[in-house]
Amino acid sequence: MTAVQRLGRDSSIIAWRNLLNLRRTPGSVIAALVQPVMFVLLLAYVFGGSLGGAEYRTFLMGGIFAQAVTFNSAFTALGLANDMDKGIVDRFRSLPMPAMAVLLGRTLSDLTMSAVTLVVTSLCGLLVGWRISASPAEALAAYLLILLFAFAMSWVGAAIGLMARSVEVAQSAGLIWLFPVTFVSAAFVSPHTMPGPLRTVAEWNPVSATATAVRGLFGNPPPSGLPTSDAWPVVHALPYSAACAIVITGVFMLLALIRFRRITLG
Amino acid sequence: MTSPPTRPAIRAEGLTKRFGKKQALNGVDLEAAPGTVLGVLGPNGAGKTTAVRVLSTLLRPDGGRAWMAGHDVLAAPEAVRRDLGLSGQYAAVDEKLSGRENLYLVARLYGFGRHAARRRAGQLLSDFDLEDAADLPSKTYSGGMRRRLDLAGALVARPPVVVLDEPTTGLDPRGRADTWQAVRSLVAEGTTVLLTTQYLEEADQLADAIVVIESGTVVARGSAAQLKARVGGERLSLTVAEPRHRSTATEILATLGEHLPDLDQRTGRLTVATDHGARSLEYALSRLRLAGIVVQDVGLAPPTLDDVFLSLTGRPIAPDGATASPGVAVVGGGAR
Repeated sequence: MTAVQRLGRDSSIIAWRNLLNLRRTPGSVIAALVQPVMFVLLLAYVFGGSLGGAEYRTFLMGGIFAQAVTFNSAFTALGLANDMDKGIVDRFRSLPMPAMAVLLGRTLSDLTMSAVTLVVTSLCGLLVGWRISASPAEALAAYLLILLFAFAMSWVGAAIGLMARSVEVAQSAGLIWLFPVTFVSAAFVSPHTMPGPLRTVAEWNPVSATATAVRGLFGNPPPSGLPTSDAWPVVHALPYSAACAIVITGVFMLLALIRFRRITLG
Repeated sequence: MTSPPTRPAIRAEGLTKRFGKKQALNGVDLEAAPGTVLGVLGPNGAGKTTAVRVLSTLLRPDGGRAWMAGHDVLAAPEAVRRDLGLSGQYAAVDEKLSGRENLYLVARLYGFGRHAARRRAGQLLSDFDLEDAADLPSKTYSGGMRRRLDLAGALVARPPVVVLDEPTTGLDPRGRADTWQAVRSLVAEGTTVLLTTQYLEEADQLADAIVVIESGTVVARGSAAQLKARVGGERLSLTVAEPRHRSTATEILATLGEHLPDLDQRTGRLTVATDHGARSLEYALSRLRLAGIVVQDVGLAPPTLDDVFLSLTGRPIAPDGATASPGVAVVGGGAR
C-alpha cells in the first residue's frame, strides 16, 4: 500500500468513527442543522422585508450556504479538542498510522456533516422561495465550491482546536471568529454601504467571494435596489473564492499538522 | 517480530523531560529482557506516566534515548507502534462506541482487513468476558469492564511489547485479580510487559524486575525480593496503653533485629521492620509483658509502598496520602 492509499484508508476509518459518534449525539447534529435554518428564517423575514422581499430571499441563500459551512468549522475545533482531552488522540497516536489521518479523518467527517447541512439548508431555501435558475452542471459546481470552502474552514477549525489548551477554550475560540468573518462580508448585504476600510475587508473576504460566486452559479441575481461593487474580488468571485479555499486549506493544514506533531510525536 | 533474546525488549537511557518548572523525568534508565515484566513503581506524579508516554511514542523527551522491541522510539516511532500495545490511563476507549466497535476500530487501524478486524474483535470480547455487553455503548460499562476493554485494545495486534499504565488503579479486588491473570498469560506467551503501578503488592505479584521512581529519578531497582530485603520483611506495629512506656517499648523493639523502630508522634504507634515475622511478634510481646507494659493493639503486616519509600527516600510518599492503599480510585489527572 502506498503512503497515499494508507492515508486515505486510515482517514476514512477515523471519519467513520467520528460519524458514528455524531450519530450517537443527535443533539449536536440537530443544533448544527437548526442554526442555518434559523438564519434563513431570521434574515428572510425579519430583515428581508426591508431589503427586497422575495428577491432578497433568493439572493440570501448564497450567503447562508457560505455562512453555514463556516460555522461548521466550530465542530472541527471542538471535536479535535474533545478527542485530545479524552485520550482518544493518544490511543490513535499509539497505533501505526500517519498523524495526518487523525486530522484528515476529522475534517472529512465534518465535510460530510457540511454536505448534510447543505441539503437541509437548500430544502429550507426552497420553502422560502429560493430557486436554482441554472443548468445542473452549474448547480453542481456551486455545491462543489461550497464544499471546497467548507473543507478550508474545517482546517481553520482544526488548527484552532489543536492550539486551544482546553475543550472550553476550543469551544469559545472556535465560535468567536465566525461572527465578524461571516457578517463583515457580502453574505447578507452589500459591502457598498459599509465604512471605507470595513468595505475593503468585506470585499476581499473569502466568505463574500464564495457567496457571490455561488449566487452566480445558481443564477440568483442581487435584488434590484442592492448596490453592486466592481472591486476585483467581486468581479472575479469564482476564481478568487476557489483560490482562497485552496490556499486556506494548504496553510491551515500545515499549521494544524505542525502543531499536532509538536503535541504528539512524529 | 520480537528482538533476539540478547537484546532487551524495552530499554531507556537517561530520559529527561521538563514541563514548565516541573522536572518530570530526571535521567531515567529502564531495561526489560524479552518475555519479562518490568514493574515501574512510584507514587502519583513520580513520572511513571511521563515515562510511559515517551516509550509509547506519545511524547518527545527533552533528552535521552529509548528502544522498544529493538526500534528507536525517536527515530522510528512508526515501527515502535507496530510492535506496541498500550493500555491505561491515557489510551482511552471511545465512550460512544460499543466494545465491539472500539476493538474493530483499533484492529482496522493496526491494518486488519474488515473481516479479520471483526473476527479479532469477537475473539477478544470473548477472551475478556465482555460478550454480554459487546454491543452496548462503552460508557455504560463498569470501571472493571472498561479496563478490560482497554486492555483488549492493547492486545489486538498481539504485539511483542505491551505497556500497561496503572492497569488496576481504581479496580476492586476481583478486577485486580483478573488483570493480573491477564498479564500472567501474556508473559506465558512470551510478551514483554511494562507495567506501572502504585502498589507494591502488584509489582511483587507480577514483576520480574522493579524500578522505583520518585520525582523523575530512579531511587531503587531490583527484584521484589531484593527490594523487600532492603526495607525488611514485615512491619510489626503496636500501641502501648501508657505513653510513659513508649521509650522502654522502643528499646525492646530495637532488640528484634537490625531495623530501628519508628514512633508516630501523632498516634503514638510504634513500628519496626522485622525479618522473622510471627516469631518476632511472640518475642516482643513476651518481653513487653515481662517489663510490665500493657499493649493496646498489635499487628504484623507486609511492607507497603509507604514503607519502601520511607526506607529508600527517608520520607513518606505523598503528602495527600492518596496513594497509600489499593482500591483508592484515582480519576484522570497527571501531567500532560
